[in-house]
Amino acid sequence: MSAADTAQAPAGPDTATAPQARVAAKRTMADGVVSLTLRRLGGGRLPDWTPGAHIDLVLPNGTTRQYSLCGDRWDPYSFRIGVLREPDGHGGSDFVHDELHEGDVVGIGGPRNNFPLVPADRYLFIAGGIGITPLLPMVAQAELLQVPWDLLYGGRSYSSMAFLDELRDYGDKVHVTPHDTHGPLDLDAWLPAHPGGTKVYCCGPGPLLDTVAHRCAGWPTGWLRTERFVARSTADGARDRGFRVELRRSGRTITVPADRSVLQVLGEAGVQVLSSCRQGLCGTCETAVLGGEPDHRDSLLDDDERAAGDCMFVCVSRSLSEHLILDL
Amino acid sequence: MPTTAVSTPLPSLGTDPFSAEVLENPLPFQERLREAGPIVHLSHYDILALARYESVHATLTDWQSFQSGAGVGMSNFRYEEPWRAPSLLLEADPPHHDAPRAVLSRILGPRALRRLRDAWFADAEALVDQVLADTEFDAVTTLAEAFPLRVFPDAVGLPREGRENLLPYGDHAFNAFGPSNELVAKGAPRVAELSAWVEAQCARERLATDGFGARIWEAADRGDITERQAPLIVRSLLTAGVDTTVHALAATLYAFATNPEQWRRLRERPELARVAFDEAVRWESPVQVFFRTATDDVEIAGTTVPSGTKILMFLGAANRDPRRWDAPDAFDLSRDPSAHVGFGMGLHQCVGQHVARLEAEALLTALARRVQHIELAGPTRRHLNNTLRAWASLPVRVHRA
Repeated sequence: MSAADTAQAPAGPDTATAPQARVAAKRTMADGVVSLTLRRLGGGRLPDWTPGAHIDLVLPNGTTRQYSLCGDRWDPYSFRIGVLREPDGHGGSDFVHDELHEGDVVGIGGPRNNFPLVPADRYLFIAGGIGITPLLPMVAQAELLQVPWDLLYGGRSYSSMAFLDELRDYGDKVHVTPHDTHGPLDLDAWLPAHPGGTKVYCCGPGPLLDTVAHRCAGWPTGWLRTERFVARSTADGARDRGFRVELRRSGRTITVPADRSVLQVLGEAGVQVLSSCRQGLCGTCETAVLGGEPDHRDSLLDDDERAAGDCMFVCVSRSLSEHLILDL
Repeated sequence: MPTTAVSTPLPSLGTDPFSAEVLENPLPFQERLREAGPIVHLSHYDILALARYESVHATLTDWQSFQSGAGVGMSNFRYEEPWRAPSLLLEADPPHHDAPRAVLSRILGPRALRRLRDAWFADAEALVDQVLADTEFDAVTTLAEAFPLRVFPDAVGLPREGRENLLPYGDHAFNAFGPSNELVAKGAPRVAELSAWVEAQCARERLATDGFGARIWEAADRGDITERQAPLIVRSLLTAGVDTTVHALAATLYAFATNPEQWRRLRERPELARVAFDEAVRWESPVQVFFRTATDDVEIAGTTVPSGTKILMFLGAANRDPRRWDAPDAFDLSRDPSAHVGFGMGLHQCVGQHVARLEAEALLTALARRVQHIELAGPTRRHLNNTLRAWASLPVRVHRA
């Protein structure tokens, strides 16, 4: 453990901050793809997650990007993500590739899961390019559950397709189709007219998702599940400088420094907000937001609820605006 | 059952934690247990016990090392047949636990409950109005039991007839997590009948179309869970959603009846209702104990625990551990009870906690408005259960505001 790690209080049961993580490993997985292994600053467990979940990665340059978790959920001490260099990624992926190094510190939000693996008699996983990342823990789980599965994995070329070595162990359940030598994925051959007990999980570029969705248009709701990567551009937050929180009902204003949670500062100011898990998981500390722009780091709100900006979980969430107004 | 061979000699206690004497007042035993060491051998059952906050919290959150799938009672499902099909939530581990938990978390989440808030507050007002026709009554039957039974079965979507089965069924289920003692034997004659009734209520056609039960079945329609899982998830609501809340409300009312200055504080600041409820859950811990089973040879506080060992976690003892709480025996609304383990912790943490808090907030708000003072009016009587800390009778006298 480095000196900087020990300077932080260990992450015990009463720690209430959005976790900060250190980049423990950075590896090149394919052309244009690196993986990052993240460990909690100060040590300790990271929040639990399920296959299909993603985290918010808050980069030192102030940008936030979402990345699917593609590691082993049985290891509570590390998260792994895969990052593709995207030319139009508004600086997030370029920063990860060019400027983020082992030992650097990043912020984490979530994990959240909009793409959960649900029970099925059989799974068909379809990955395009970096869309393989959420599917990696899914195939591991299907294997564990002994549910039959196939993975169709398409990409530009072998050299651009990440994690092939890890998939090799699964043998003929994995169908790798690099476009330059094998052409496009043969969806016609794989997608049945009616799903029966098969559930289809698809993640990849927009055109692939559109094609799959079109082919499955007549299926019952919930049998095709897709995850679309949307590069969400977030303004440079006040997170490095701290921010002010106005408590509208009690007519007070408190200042939350960069290294404290809203919940901690409220408690020190004698403002009681009931909480429980202090990880943004249980929802006990939900507080109404009357003004300002919350920086959501919880695992609970969906995209619409986040965008509404009318509530936040003060144990982990912060502020993008200099000034936040809470109904307290 | 395998014997627990541990690497270092542990402190050992011979007391039966499920004896009537301990269940009547578990606090002295829990203190001895807490002070004996971070991990203690209970020779009466040859199991290991944790009673300090830190070790209980660590064990609750470490699902990788401490499984629920071998049962969260004394019975070890690796070797013994459970008395009913195991719960898909309480008695399951990832990955099987994931889908049922995700579905129920959403149905019982704070935002999903908003639509019930006004109705439950109005129900609480109506019930309190009716109860306050008398100045002396039994707070267990008239309030702690009556309010959850008034709002919760409706919210689930249960038919009217047969609701009187809910409390005895839950009581037996919670007894069954303990050893097969007289409390379990007492419930045994009705098990078949009560189980049959509960199972019948879990069918889609028995449930109203706008309740929690119907939402569980809708999740099966979307494929989020299977049709085989849906009735068992409804069963979890019926098993875990009634007795626990009843006893938590009774604990809260007892706390106020014996701490009049705290009642004054709540009357001055009714917005403390939620804090008061959680403080009562910390103080009295309606769910006292749960077991985990070591998935492998794992270490707890420097002791290697062999795979398959049953570990008994004393939630109530952890919630009064002076290492974690100042003046732990005081019921104090100025305390921050957050992060108590009365609802558990980690991925099995009580999925219905927001339902319980909403029920409590509604009832306490209505009472705080009408009742100036509440005090005990006669001898109280405990209801003994292997898992729950409960009251059979709380005679109270109130002074209306």
